[in-house]
This record gives sequence, structure tokens and C-alpha cells, in this order.
Amino acid sequence: MATKKFMYLNRRSSFGTVYAIESLEVVLIAAAFEQDVSLAFIDDGVYQIVEGQNADGIGMKNFSKTFHALGDYDINKLYVSAESLEERGLNVDDLMPLAYEDEDDDWAEKPSIKVVSNAQLSKIMSEQDVCLSF
Amino acid sequence: MADILGAEVDEEGFLVDLSDWTKEIAEQMAKDDDVDLSDEHWDVINFLRDYFEEYQIAPAVRVLTKAIAKRMGKDKGNSKYLYTLFPYGPGKQGCRFAGLPKPTGCI
Amino acid sequence: MLHTVNKSSFERNSLKSCLNTIDNTSVILLIEDGVISAAKNTNSPMIADLAAQGRVYALQGDVEARGISSKLADNIKLVDYAGFVDLVVEHGTTVSWV
Repeated sequence: MATKKFMYLNRRSSFGTVYAIESLEVVLIAAAFEQDVSLAFIDDGVYQIVEGQNADGIGMKNFSKTFHALGDYDINKLYVSAESLEERGLNVDDLMPLAYEDEDDDWAEKPSIKVVSNAQLSKIMSEQDVCLSF
Repeated sequence: MADILGAEVDEEGFLVDLSDWTKEIAEQMAKDDDVDLSDEHWDVINFLRDYFEEYQIAPAVRVLTKAIAKRMGKDKGNSKYLYTLFPYGPGKQGCRFAGLPKPTGCI
Repeated sequence: MLHTVNKSSFERNSLKSCLNTIDNTSVILLIEDGVISAAKNTNSPMIADLAAQGRVYALQGDVEARGISSKLADNIKLVDYAGFVDLVVEHGTTVSWV
């Protein structure tokens, strides 16, 4: 099967709307079809990967845990907008330490998250075959 | 609505409420599929339940195979071995016995 | 790239998000309630520069439906559905900022 470059733009926080969990679902499906998948977190989307989420009190599934599985699915390009973090008073240390094991480097654990400027993100987007916004 | 030992299941036999799961339900599902659950089956079922607890998803077969290879060795982490245990697919059948939803991307 | 925006910039941040990451060869097509950003209003400065470069389009049917044909901001280009298709073909990858 031909491989395409898919980028998923996550722009909303986790629980207020269904966008975030639907995006993650589609991401996992694309990965099951062994496509080249990357994720971008912009605007309130950065809250999807903030450390320390607990959804018990609202009776919803805490799918932030699922982001830790993305490495197993060979999804290891998670771009986070520096501007979006800054606007919200967040920095990379507030995010979950998402990582993957690099098969080509003796399974060394490496960080999946990369903080990029909107200008860098714009360039990465222009290199994709498909960009899906959620 | 169909049920197994009083626990509601969907049209494909997956538990509707994951918290209904018991070992007896797994054994009954296996019996209905003509599978006799061995320790090797339970290793995989327990692995699947741990995986779901940690990540909140049922792993795709490719991911399951890789993860089992890592944790239990290559002789178990290969699809031939896993399909021998679960002839209807380690993802689909294994997850059903483990009380998990059908794996994402599994058609 | 072609960026479509279908939400009002007064109600959602879709247009703002798009503008944050748009490169200097991409164009924007405003559709559905997105065309509210094509009207002359307090949000017009958001797209004034891009429009001056001829890079902002609005879908005519949506503009007319909302009664803003005579209230358009400067330099907005109107396209019909065939023009929409042409933009998609011409610009390759499309991002729908829903």
C-alpha cells in the first residue's frame, strides 16, 4: 500500500467537545494502515497532552493515557506550537513525557514531542499529503 | 440482547460494560468458541487487560505482537504463535475474551 | 495549499488558527459562516494584507445567502462552486479549518 504523509491538527482541549477523542481514534486507524502519521497540537489542543489529567470526576474516559501508546504505533512526531503554549502560560515541562523506542538505535527511548514555532509548523504542514484539522 | 453469564454483549460478542468481566466469563466465551484456555492463553489475556488499564485502548495486532515479543520473548511475540492460541485473531478474539472492546482499526 | 474556513471569526478561532500557520504561498477560501469574515467589519484587519495580495476568496453562494454581497471587505475575490473546484485542483493539499 502506498504510504502518504498524514498530519492531524489538534486544536481543541480534551473533554469539552468530541473532536479530541475522535482525532485520536482516526490517528490510530491511520497508523494501523501503516501510514506516515504526525500530530500537531495548536491552540487549546495543547491541553490534550498536559500532564496530570484525571477525568474521574466527570465520568469520562481519560484518553490522555492513550497518547503514551502512540510510540508502539510508530507515531513519534508530535509537534507542539510554542506560541500556543506560551499564550496559555505552559511550557514543555507541563506536558506528558511522551516517548518512543527507536528501532534503528538499539531501542533507545527518545522524546516524541517537539516544540516548534508556528512558522516551522507551517513548513512541516506544507510537506504533508493530507492535513486534517480537528 | 444477548448475554454471557448475565453480562450483556454486543452483536459480535464483546462485553458492553467492561466492568462486567470475570474469569468465568472469559472461560465461557472460550468454551463457546471451542477453545480450552491454557496458561499461555491467560498470559495474553492478562497482558491485554494490563495494556488496556495502562493505555485505555485495545492494541492493534501489530502492536500486540511487538509488545508481547518485548515482554515475553520472540517465541511468543509472533503472529503464528498468537494465531495458534486465538484462531479468530489475537486482537479480535483475544480482546473479546479479555473483556475489552474490539481493537481500533480492526475491521 | 488551500485553506478553507467555515466558521465565523466572531464565534470561533478557526480563521485565527489558520492565519497563525499559513505560509506565504497559500490561499484562503471562506465558506459557510466563514464568509462573515469576508464582510467589512471589526475583524477585517485580520485578513486585509492577504486580501490585498489576492489570496482571500469567498464562496459566492454563502455570501449572497447571508446578505453581505454589498458589504464585502476590500479585495475579497468571489468564486462559485466551479471556482472552488479550480482552487482545490490548483493548490494541491487542502486544510479544512473546521
